[in-house]
Amino acid sequence: MDIALIDWSRAQFALTAMYHWVFVPLTLGLGLLMCIYSTYYYKTGDEKWKSTTRFWQKLFGVNFAVGLATGLILEFEFGTNWSNYSYFVGDIFGAPLAIEGIVAFFIEATFFAVVFFGWDKVSKKFHLASTWIAVFGATLSAWWILVANAWMQYPVGMHFNPETARNEMVDFIAIAFSPVAVNKFLHTVLSSWVLGSAFVVGLSSWYLLRKKHVDFSIRSIKIAAIVGLSAILLTVLTGHYSGQKVATYQPMKLAAMEGLYNGSNKADLVGFGILKPDKLYDDGQDPFVFKIDVPIPGFLSFMSFNDFNSFVPGVQDIIDGYTLSDGTVHPSYGEKVVQGKAAQQALRDYCQAMKANDEEAKETNMAVLDENMKYFGYGFFDSPEESIPPIALTFYTFHIMVLLGFYFIAFFALVWYLNRKGTLGKVKWLLWLGILSIPLAYVASQSGWIVAEVGRQPWSIQDVLPLSQSVSSIPVANVKTTFFIFLTLFTIFLIADIGIMKNIIRKGPKAEAENNGY
Amino acid sequence: MDYGFFQHYWWFLISLLGALLVFLMFVQGGQSLIYRIGKTDDELKLMLDSLGKKWELTFTTLVTFGGAFFASFPLFYSTSFSGAYWVWILILFSFVIQAVSFHFIHKKGNLLGKNTYKAFLFINGLMGPILIGAAVSTFFFGAEFTINRGNIADMGNPIISQWNTAWHGLEALWGSTLPGGFHLWNVVLGLAIFFLVRSLGALYFINNIRNEEIVSRARKHVLINSIAFLIFFLPYLIRLLLKDGWTGQPDGTIVIEEYKYLKTILANWWMIVILLVGVVGVLYGFILGSFYKKSRKGIWFAGVGTVMVVLVVLLTAGFNGSAYYPSLTDPNSSLTIANSSSSLFTLRTMSVVSLFIPFVVAYISYVWKKMDFHI
Ligand code: HDD
Ligand code: HEM
Ligand code: HEM
Repeated sequence: MDIALIDWSRAQFALTAMYHWVFVPLTLGLGLLMCIYSTYYYKTGDEKWKSTTRFWQKLFGVNFAVGLATGLILEFEFGTNWSNYSYFVGDIFGAPLAIEGIVAFFIEATFFAVVFFGWDKVSKKFHLASTWIAVFGATLSAWWILVANAWMQYPVGMHFNPETARNEMVDFIAIAFSPVAVNKFLHTVLSSWVLGSAFVVGLSSWYLLRKKHVDFSIRSIKIAAIVGLSAILLTVLTGHYSGQKVATYQPMKLAAMEGLYNGSNKADLVGFGILKPDKLYDDGQDPFVFKIDVPIPGFLSFMSFNDFNSFVPGVQDIIDGYTLSDGTVHPSYGEKVVQGKAAQQALRDYCQAMKANDEEAKETNMAVLDENMKYFGYGFFDSPEESIPPIALTFYTFHIMVLLGFYFIAFFALVWYLNRKGTLGKVKWLLWLGILSIPLAYVASQSGWIVAEVGRQPWSIQDVLPLSQSVSSIPVANVKTTFFIFLTLFTIFLIADIGIMKNIIRKGPKAEAENNGY
Repeated sequence: MDYGFFQHYWWFLISLLGALLVFLMFVQGGQSLIYRIGKTDDELKLMLDSLGKKWELTFTTLVTFGGAFFASFPLFYSTSFSGAYWVWILILFSFVIQAVSFHFIHKKGNLLGKNTYKAFLFINGLMGPILIGAAVSTFFFGAEFTINRGNIADMGNPIISQWNTAWHGLEALWGSTLPGGFHLWNVVLGLAIFFLVRSLGALYFINNIRNEEIVSRARKHVLINSIAFLIFFLPYLIRLLLKDGWTGQPDGTIVIEEYKYLKTILANWWMIVILLVGVVGVLYGFILGSFYKKSRKGIWFAGVGTVMVVLVVLLTAGFNGSAYYPSLTDPNSSLTIANSSSSLFTLRTMSVVSLFIPFVVAYISYVWKKMDFHI
């Protein structure tokens, strides 16, 4: 396939997905906080909680709109730009998207209407319930889309059918509850709660700095700090489990995350470092200009496989083939290519046999396919370099995310403690740091997706389908055009979104909403 | 229950979602009327407030329609969306600007100003229905593509679905690029849908807005637009019933058959019943809206009627062995519900999930009723 077409299609997908992800984590995070504030209002009947809820709800609503708009593009983009992909695995991948629509979006659409317009129209109890149900619906839709994404990282529950030349679903439960999916869901949603809490703490800090809406800000922070602190602790924990899943199912991604070229037993975890830009995977050079290891020997081994002595493979080991400490043998790149080519030849022969109505040949080729399908995608490669993801980008984003993870523990702990003591308003530097933490949370969150998606390259379906075979056949100029249309449009909307938020924030919580919630 | 049953069940669900979508596009119809009916700023605000409470249902139905089509007929999803690229992108584009406009239009600091968002809503009201109508019409008039599944294992040219015109979907607006392919029927259906949803939009205003100025203007627009609708739709319907269709044979090849769609309808008496009841409902709704000054109920009759008529039209596209996405370049590449569906396992699994739909719908209706939004 035309490289430019692949690259522009990737750029377009990354653009729309990352824009989508500007709005989604705030929806999930702020949504939860909105529910909690609303619950306090219901319990205490205190109008102050009501105005707190309504203020955050207004910001929520503005943000939510652009989330919808960008999500719509994403949903159809699988068809418009990844048409081969959509056919080859659509039998499996489509189902979570459909289920998301059927069960989750409708819940959201209906109950958010109550949340926005229902104040004073429905009973307090019904309004509160609707708020929780709506946010639950949004989280449920996250579940299904993440099931789809997790399946691309770790394809399970399927069987290749040469009659239709596609992968078909054979085990729905295995897909919906794969360990990767469960973990991804927890890490993603919890990290979104971190982001939402950082958003609330940050804006409240701004008010505190200007000595405006002090009571409101302290009240908001009181809850956001607790939610943020709990969520970040769990985020780090689930992040650790994510790492273990990556170590097990996508060793190449792990090697890229750590800049690890030559693996070892007792492998060390990199704290931070600078990579040499011209490193080749097999030139024997030290990959780092400089690095600081975490001062616990064998920590990477321990984090990956719960054993300080276990073997963690690097890029070169993965290409040469290696044996894990538990005895599992992983074939070399060359062997995988042989298997991939065998599977592809068997598919071609099967098609011939189908035309010739040759049952026996069909059976033999089916057997070859079953045996080699696992590495089908390797048959498309010409050189081992093609199987390596962009290491630098994966490495830096991973470490930025992790460092920020630890930063946020300290941040929320401090904010919570000082707010409890009632002295937060006096600690100016922390309030400034609070404002800065909003962009930092976004950086961490976007970095997470870059680790997950860029680290998966060159695969769209791990080991089965590379990107180069996934794209639609459209002239590259068309994709470029839509790329720039989306770029312009989304950027305008982002600026407008921020402009509106700025206005709401300047007005502050007291000014009652003019009642157009949508 | 065999494979065929599930394929038909899912084609039915897709058709139902499509039919609901056309009805719910009264929101787009309403948007296309904002310049004509809303003369003052206050009136405009009333109209947008009224539409603003429903637009998300339409939007979500579109999303679900896409997701469900992907999951049940992945080959259509991958062929049509990548092939007729520009038609779908323009549709999406118009819905993107809609979603944002409804949320931003009345807010301070919205960058583009009220009039731009108003224009965006109008554009969505204009483009959405016309392009969706034209795209649906290609279910009967075909498109130019070829399909070769084995190509996935081809290193040099791994293209499963190949579109055969450089216009990437826009050719549907004048028929096709093939010699003798010029016809405007796709546009005719697009315009029919456009005027239909405008009538529905006006009927919705009559039902939802308690402002006599707006209501009396809306009544006029019901009349004008419903006549325009009939002028475009009736010839289309007749053309459809007299037209050849493509039929899948037991050996997998696809041949052209005379009066295909007429035969499908005649073979299924219940389709005729639904179609006729639907047509009567639509007409009755229009009459109520245009002439009965006391009645606000026109939207219900016209709405339910619309769902019934569109449902039958979409069902005929796929039932009775018809190819619902005929290929004009290579008939054997045409998509039928048998050769383009998901596997039995997937269809069955999703069918279990689909049993939730009635509950979801019941829930939604209950909530809306409880809130009773009239403006
Ligand atoms: C972790 C969560 C998550 C992730 C990874 C994605 N989304 Fe999303 N999406 C949501 C979580 C979400 C949400 C929170 O549920 C949204 C944001 C606003 C909303 O209404 O729902 C949403 C909205 C949203 C919508 C609009 C739905 C509506 O009408 O209500 C669509 C069509 C998609 N998404 C599709 C996608 C696709 C195809 C993705 C794959 C790249 C994707 N989303 C990634
Ligand atoms: C010590 C802390 C953290 C660790 C060890 C960690 C680990 C990981 C790992 C290994 C992945 C890749 C998973 C995959 O490829 O399947 C990941 C993804 C991700 N991370 Fe983190 N993370 C941490 C902190 C954070 C923080 C603070 C945020 C945001 C506030 C965040 C947000 C994300 C997101 C959004 C993803 C993509 C979704 C996913 O793949 O699960 N992470 N994280
Ligand atoms: C919303 C958060 C997400 C972000 C920020 C994100 C980010 C990215 C990025 C940066 C790329 C480009 C990788 C590259 O070209 O090097 C990409 C590609 C891609 N991602 Fe995601 N992604 C997200 C969610 C998802 C989800 C949930 C899915 C699946 C349901 C998905 C499927 C894909 C596909 C199909 C591609 C293009 C082909 C490929 O690179 O495999 N992404 N994404």
